[in-house]
Amino acid sequence: MNGRDEQMKRVGVFVMLLFGASLFSIPFLWTVSTALKTNQQVFAVPPEWIPRPPQWNNFQRAWTELPFPTFVVNTVIITIISVIGQVFSASLVTYGFARFKFKGRTVLFYLMLSTMMLPSQVTMIPVFLLWRELRLIDTFAPLTVPAFFGGGAFTIFLLRQFFMTIPKELDEAAMIDGASPLVIWWRVLLPLSRPALITVVLFSFLGHWDDFMGPLIYLNSMEKYTVAVGLRMFQDMFGPQLELLMAASLIHILPTILVFFVAQRYFIKGIALTGLKG
Amino acid sequence: MAESPDVAKAQGAVALPRSTPREQTRARRASFLQSPNFWGYFFISPWLIGFLIFTAGPMLASLYLSFCKYDLYQLQWVGTKNYEILLTRDPLFWKSLGNTALYVLFSVPLGLTGSLLIALLLNQKVKGMAWFRTLFYLPSLVPAVASALVWQWVFHPDAGILNYSLSLIGIQGPKWLQDPDTALASLIIMSLWGIGGGRMIIFLAGLQGISDELYEAASLDGARGWASFRHVTLPMLSPTIFFNLILGIIGSFQVFTSAYVMTNGGPDNATRMFVLYLYDNAFRYFKMGKASAMAWCLFVLLLVFTVIQFKNASKWVYYEGGEKE
Repeated sequence: MNGRDEQMKRVGVFVMLLFGASLFSIPFLWTVSTALKTNQQVFAVPPEWIPRPPQWNNFQRAWTELPFPTFVVNTVIITIISVIGQVFSASLVTYGFARFKFKGRTVLFYLMLSTMMLPSQVTMIPVFLLWRELRLIDTFAPLTVPAFFGGGAFTIFLLRQFFMTIPKELDEAAMIDGASPLVIWWRVLLPLSRPALITVVLFSFLGHWDDFMGPLIYLNSMEKYTVAVGLRMFQDMFGPQLELLMAASLIHILPTILVFFVAQRYFIKGIALTGLKG
Repeated sequence: MAESPDVAKAQGAVALPRSTPREQTRARRASFLQSPNFWGYFFISPWLIGFLIFTAGPMLASLYLSFCKYDLYQLQWVGTKNYEILLTRDPLFWKSLGNTALYVLFSVPLGLTGSLLIALLLNQKVKGMAWFRTLFYLPSLVPAVASALVWQWVFHPDAGILNYSLSLIGIQGPKWLQDPDTALASLIIMSLWGIGGGRMIIFLAGLQGISDELYEAASLDGARGWASFRHVTLPMLSPTIFFNLILGIIGSFQVFTSAYVMTNGGPDNATRMFVLYLYDNAFRYFKMGKASAMAWCLFVLLLVFTVIQFKNASKWVYYEGGEKE
C-alpha cells in the first residue's frame, strides 16, 4: 500500500467516525435543547436548537416538583451498602477460588459462572415471596442484602481475572512468615487489587443507579424511591411537560457521565479485563 | 494430600503408645484447619450460602410454584394446568414470545455487527481516538429509564427530531411508537444507541490483542483488506464474538424497561415483551403460579439455545493454543 492510499484510508476512517459520533450525540443534544425550552417552544417545527432565553429554571423545577433529593439519597444509600457487601464478599470468594485447590473447585467455579446466564426471572418470584415472608418489602434490604453473598458472578469473574495477575509468590512469602490466609487476604490481596476494586465500585454504582425492576418490585412508598422509579413516576405526572421531563432525565443521566469522566481509565481497563478468556 | 501426614501419624499411633486418642483428634483437626479444603470452602462460603438462598432454592421453589395456583393468599396444586393454558389457550403468551424473538433476532446481530464495526474503526490510528471512543461509549451509560424517555421524545411523530430530520430529506416519517407496525422496530433502533458500550470495548481489547506478526504473515501470503479480516481478524476474535453473542441473546430476551416505560406493551400488544407479560402476571394480576411457569419456559428456551450454541461453537470459535480450557 503506498502513502497516498494510506492517507485516503485515514481520511475515510476519520469521516466515518465523525459521522457516527455525531449521530450518536444527537439524542443528547436534543434532550439538552428541549430541557432549556419553554413549553411553547418544545413543539415548534422547525425546532430551535439553541432556545433563547434558555430556561435554566426547568432544572430547578424538575428537581423540586418531586422529591428528587430524597431519591438521590436513597439511591446513594443503596449503592453504598451494596458496594461494601460486594467488595468484601466478592474478594473473599475470589481469593478462595483463585488460590486454594479444594475439592470440587472447578465444578463450583463453573457453576458460579453459569449463574451469569441464568435469567433472573426464574428466581425473582420466590425471592420476592421470601422478602415478603420476612416483612421486608418496602425496605432497602431486598436491594442490598444479596450483595453480601458473593457480589454476583460478574464481579467475582472480574476480580478473578485480576487476581491471576498478582504473583503467587507474594502470598507464599507471607505464608512462610506465618500469616494466616485471612491476614493474607486483608494485607496482601485487597491492597494490591485496588484498581480492580475501584472498577467493581464503578460498575456497582452504575448498576444500582440504572436498576429499575428491583426498586419497582420492592419499593412502594415514594419516600423510599430511587431516582429510576422516581423518574418513571415523574413521567406519569408531568409527561406532557416535556421540557421538565427532559430536565429530570438529564438529572438522572448526568452523574453517570461525570463518574465516567473522572474514572475513565478504570472503566476501559475493567471492561477489557472481563473480555479476556479465563 | 494434606491429610497424608495425619494418616501417617494415626497409623504410627499404634506403634507409639505415647500418643493418646485426644492428641490424635487434635492433630487431625489442626491439619484440617491448614488444608486447602477448609480454607477454600471458608472463603467461598458467602457465595455458596447465597447461591443456596437466592438461586438454587428459589429455582426449585419457582419450579414447584409453576405447578400451582398462587395469588399470595391461597396455594393450590394444579399440576400442569399453567403450562397447558400458556401453550394452548393464551394468545398473549405466544404474541409476547414472538415479539421478543423478533426483537432478539434483529437487535443482537445488528448490535454485534455495529459494535464490531465501531471497534474496527477505533482500532485504526486516527487523531482524536480517545474522544471518539468516549462519544461512542457515552450512550451506553445512560440509565434505561432516562434513555426510554429521551427516545420516546426522539420518536415523537410530529415534533420529534427523527421525523423532522426525515422531513428535511423529503420523507414523511411513520408514527413510530404509536403505530403497531413500527413500534417494535422503534425499540430495536433505540437499543442500537448503546452499541458503543461494553461490548465494543471488549471487541477493541480483542483487536488490540491480535499480534502484528499474524497480519504480517498474512500479508506475505498476499492477504490484505477483506481477506486479512476474514482469515486473521475474525478467527482471532471469534471467542470474543461468541462471548458477546451468548450474553447478548440472553440479555435481549429479558428486555423489559424500555417496553414498560415507552409503550407499556402497546399499541395493540405490538411491544408486549415476554418479561413484561411475566411481570404483569406476577405483580399486576398476582398470578404467581402462571408467572413462574412463564419464567421456566424462558429458562428452558434460553438453556436450549445456549447449549446449541456451545455445541456449534467448535465449528467457528477458534481458541489460540488448541483446546479450550
